[in-house]
Amino acid sequence: MKIGLTVNGAEREADVWEGESLLFALRERLGLPGSKNACEQGECGSCSVLLDGTLVCACLVLAAQADGHDVVTVEGLAEDGELHRVQQAFVEAGAVQCGFCTPGLVVATADLLAHTPQPSDDEIREALSGNLCRCTGYSKIFDAVRLASQ
Amino acid sequence: MTASARQLELGRVGESVRRVDGIPKTTGEFAYASDLSAAGMLWGHTVRSPHAHARIVEIDLAGALASPGVHAVLTHEDVPGQKRYGLEFPDQPVLAFDRVRYFGEPVALVAAEHPEQARRAAERIRVEYEPLQPVVDPEQATTQEPIHEQRWTHGHGYLDDSRPNVVRHLVIRHGDPDAAGDVSVSGSYELGIQDQAFLGPESGLAVPDGEGGVDVYVATQWLHVDRDQIAPCLNLPREQVRIHLAGVGGAFGGREDLSMQIHSALLALHTSRPVKMVYNREESFVGHVHRHPARIWAEHRADRDGKLVCVRMRILLDGGAYASSSTAVTSNAASFACGPYAVENALLDSTCVYTNNPPCGAMRGFGAVQTCFAAEAQMDKLAAALGLDPVELRLRNALAPGDRLPTGQRIEGSLPVAEVIRRAAELPVPEPEELPREAIRLPGGAGNTTRGEGVRRGVGFAVGYKNICYSEGFDDYCAARVRLFAEGGAEVHCAAAEVGQGVTNVILQVARTELGTDDVRLASHTTASVDSAGSASASRMTWMAAGAVQLACRAALEERERTGGEVDVERVYRHPRTSPLDPETGQTTGERSHVAFACAAMRVVAEVDVELGLTRVVWIGTAQDIGTAINPQAVEGQIEGGTAQGLGLALMEEIQTRDGLITNASFTDYLIPTTLDMPRVESVLVEVPEPDAPYGVKGVGEPPTVVSTAAILSALRDATGRELTRVPVRPDDIVGL
Repeated sequence: MKIGLTVNGAEREADVWEGESLLFALRERLGLPGSKNACEQGECGSCSVLLDGTLVCACLVLAAQADGHDVVTVEGLAEDGELHRVQQAFVEAGAVQCGFCTPGLVVATADLLAHTPQPSDDEIREALSGNLCRCTGYSKIFDAVRLASQ
Repeated sequence: MTASARQLELGRVGESVRRVDGIPKTTGEFAYASDLSAAGMLWGHTVRSPHAHARIVEIDLAGALASPGVHAVLTHEDVPGQKRYGLEFPDQPVLAFDRVRYFGEPVALVAAEHPEQARRAAERIRVEYEPLQPVVDPEQATTQEPIHEQRWTHGHGYLDDSRPNVVRHLVIRHGDPDAAGDVSVSGSYELGIQDQAFLGPESGLAVPDGEGGVDVYVATQWLHVDRDQIAPCLNLPREQVRIHLAGVGGAFGGREDLSMQIHSALLALHTSRPVKMVYNREESFVGHVHRHPARIWAEHRADRDGKLVCVRMRILLDGGAYASSSTAVTSNAASFACGPYAVENALLDSTCVYTNNPPCGAMRGFGAVQTCFAAEAQMDKLAAALGLDPVELRLRNALAPGDRLPTGQRIEGSLPVAEVIRRAAELPVPEPEELPREAIRLPGGAGNTTRGEGVRRGVGFAVGYKNICYSEGFDDYCAARVRLFAEGGAEVHCAAAEVGQGVTNVILQVARTELGTDDVRLASHTTASVDSAGSASASRMTWMAAGAVQLACRAALEERERTGGEVDVERVYRHPRTSPLDPETGQTTGERSHVAFACAAMRVVAEVDVELGLTRVVWIGTAQDIGTAINPQAVEGQIEGGTAQGLGLALMEEIQTRDGLITNASFTDYLIPTTLDMPRVESVLVEVPEPDAPYGVKGVGEPPTVVSTAAILSALRDATGRELTRVPVRPDDIVGL
C-alpha cells in the first residue's frame, strides 16, 4: 500500500507492506536508518521518534498508521548543518560508546528538554528509563543531559 | 567550534579526546551492520532447532522453495567446504546435520526479496526431528551419553579427562593443598547464565565479487579469525574472502564467535546477489554464546591474624553445546579463583562440561567474574569469622609484585592491589537518605507501594583482578600499517575492531603522538589491507593496537629519514610470550602463563526492601588499576559501563531455561539495567604504568565487571544478614527477614 507522511519536514511517499512497522519503513523504504532496530518490541527505545510531536517507539507503530502524519527522526534534529544541542552534549560528555542506543536517547532527551528545560536528576532518570544503553552505565548520559539543559 | 573543543577533537596520548565517530553516532549517520544495503539485495533468514537435543530425520524444503520471492533454500548439503567451524575447536556445524545440540541451532537458510517473505518461507520448511534426552544438568553431564562423537578438545595439551562431555578439566596444585589454618569458612555458590545483550543485533551483508569470492561486511570482534573460519567452509582460499568491519552495536565477548557470517556468504554465493541478514532480539539470544553459568564450592583457611593459609575451590562451568572459548574460561576461572591475594597453598579444580544448554563462551570478565563472586563472599565470611574489618582482611592478604600466583608465576609488572583497596575504601559514602521520599528513590522505584518501612541499608566491599591479553602460550600479535604521503599527512591501517570501546581514538591518538602531526586518518578496518589485529577482547586491544601503531609509526619515520619519499610500512607487535600450564599440576611451564594483570576495588551502598524483596543500589565508588590512561574520559566510560553489567548479573540478568529451551528471549523478560537501576559511579583511576606495555597502558574494560557483582552482593549481605549465595539475587532471597 502507498502511504504519504511528513518526515523531518519533507513530504514523503512509500510503498509498504501492510504488516510493516514505521521503523522498517523509515530504515528500509525512506533511507533513514538512524532510528535503530535493537529489540523491535518497544522495550529499548532505540527507535524513538516523534510522531505528531509525541515520543513513540517506531517499532510499535505500523507504517500505515503514520499515513498522513508528521514524523521527526534523529536525522531531523540538526538544523542548517548545526548539531542539536543534545547531540553536541552527548559527544562532549562522552555519552557515546557503541552508539546504538544514542539516536533513541538523543530524541528522547530532546523531547524531555522541550517539555522540561531544567530537569531534576529524578526527572532525567524517569524520562530516559525506557531507553536501554548497554555500554555506558548511563553516568555520562546524565552528564550529557545536564550539559544540554544549561 | 571553540579552540578548546578543537583540541579535544585532535588530542594526543593522555588527553580526553572526543570520539572520532561521536558526531555520526548522534546524528544517525553512522552505518551499523544492520544499516547496510546494496543494489539487488536479498534478505536471509535462519531456520533454527526448536529442540535442545534431537536427531534430524528428514528436511523437506519443497514448501519453502515454492514460496513467493524465494531465491535460495540451503541446508548442510550446500556447504561446499568444511561442515564444521569453531573459534578454537571446529566442533560446531555450519548447518546442523544428523543432530541438533541446542535450542536455536541453525538448520537451514532462506534468501528472499523481502525479510517477511524469507521468514514465511522458512516456516514452510518441514524438519522431522526425533527428540533425544537433553543433557541439562552439568553435574550429571560427566556420567551421561556424550553429546559429541569426537573428543574435540583432547590432544591440545590439557589434562585428558576420560569422562564423557568434559570440555576441559584443570587442577592447579600449589604448595600443600592440605595445609590447615586456625579458622576455616566454606560455602557453595551459583551464578546464572548472563547474556551480553549488546543492543545492535547480529547483522551483516555478504556481497559476491563476481569472481567466486565474497566480501562480508559484519559486526565482529576479530576480522581475521572470522575470515579464517569462513573461508574453509566456503571452500575458498582466504584471499577470496574479505571481511570488512561494519558498525558494531556493542560486543562484550558475544561477537567473538561467528553468527551469520558463513550463512550470509553461502546465500550470496549461491544466489549471486548481495544478502543481508539481521537477527531480531529473540534470535539474538540464541545467536551468540553467553557467560558460563557456574557452581562453585569454596573453602578458605586462615591463621588467627587473618593471613590466608589455603584456598580450596571446585568450579563447575556449563559450556553448553559447543566449545567456543570454554577451555580458556575454565583456565581463567581457576587462575583467578583466589582473588588478588597472596596464598601459599591452594587446590583449584575447574571443569567445564558440554551440555545441551545454550552454548557459552566469552563475556566481559571471562571466568574471573564467576570466581570473584565466590572468593569475595568467602573473604567477607572469613572477616566475620575472625572478627576483622573486611577491608583490613583484604589489605593483609593483598597480592603485590614479587609474589607468586597459585600457577607458580611471579608477578613482575604492576599490580597495585593494596593501593586500589585503600583508595576505594577512602571514598566517602553518601549519608543515608531520609524517609519518606519520592518512590523513584525507593528500592523497586515506582513499583514500591510502601513508605519505605522495610528499607534496610548495607555497605559492601570487594576486590577483583584478571589477566590482560591472551594467555597460556597463545601466539598473539597485532599488525599496523602506516603510510606517509609526500604532500604530508598519514594514513593508518589497523584491523582492531571498534566495538564501542574507543580503540579508533586510541589508534589515532597514538599515531598523532608518534608522528607529531594532527593530519592522520584511519583507513577502514578490513582484512584486505593489513594483517590481523587480534581480537577486541581480553582487555588487550588498547595495549596491542597502541603497540602496533607505535612500532609502525616509528618505522615509518625512520624509513622516511632514510628515503625521503613516500612511505608505506607494516609492523607486527607482540606482547611478552606466555607458556602453557602443566596439564597435571596446573603450574606454568615457563616464566609466565599470563602477560599481565589488572585489579579493581569497589565500595557499594545498597538498600533492600525486606518486605517486598526489592533492591536499590544507591552509590558505587571504585578505584581501578589502569596502567596509564590514553583517554581518561573513555576509561571512565569503560568503568561505568562495566560496572553496570556486573550490577545486571547481581540483580536481574539471567537467561532462564527449561530442559535446555530458553524461556525469556526478549528484553521484556531478560532485564538489563536502566537509568532507574544504575547509581552514580565515582571512579578513581590508579595509574601505575605497566612496564611491558606501550605507554604503560592496561586494558580497562573487564575489571569493573569482575568486581561489581561481588561488591553489590557484599552490600546486600550487609543489609540483610543473609548469605546470598546465588546471582542474580531474587526477591525471594531477601524478603521476610
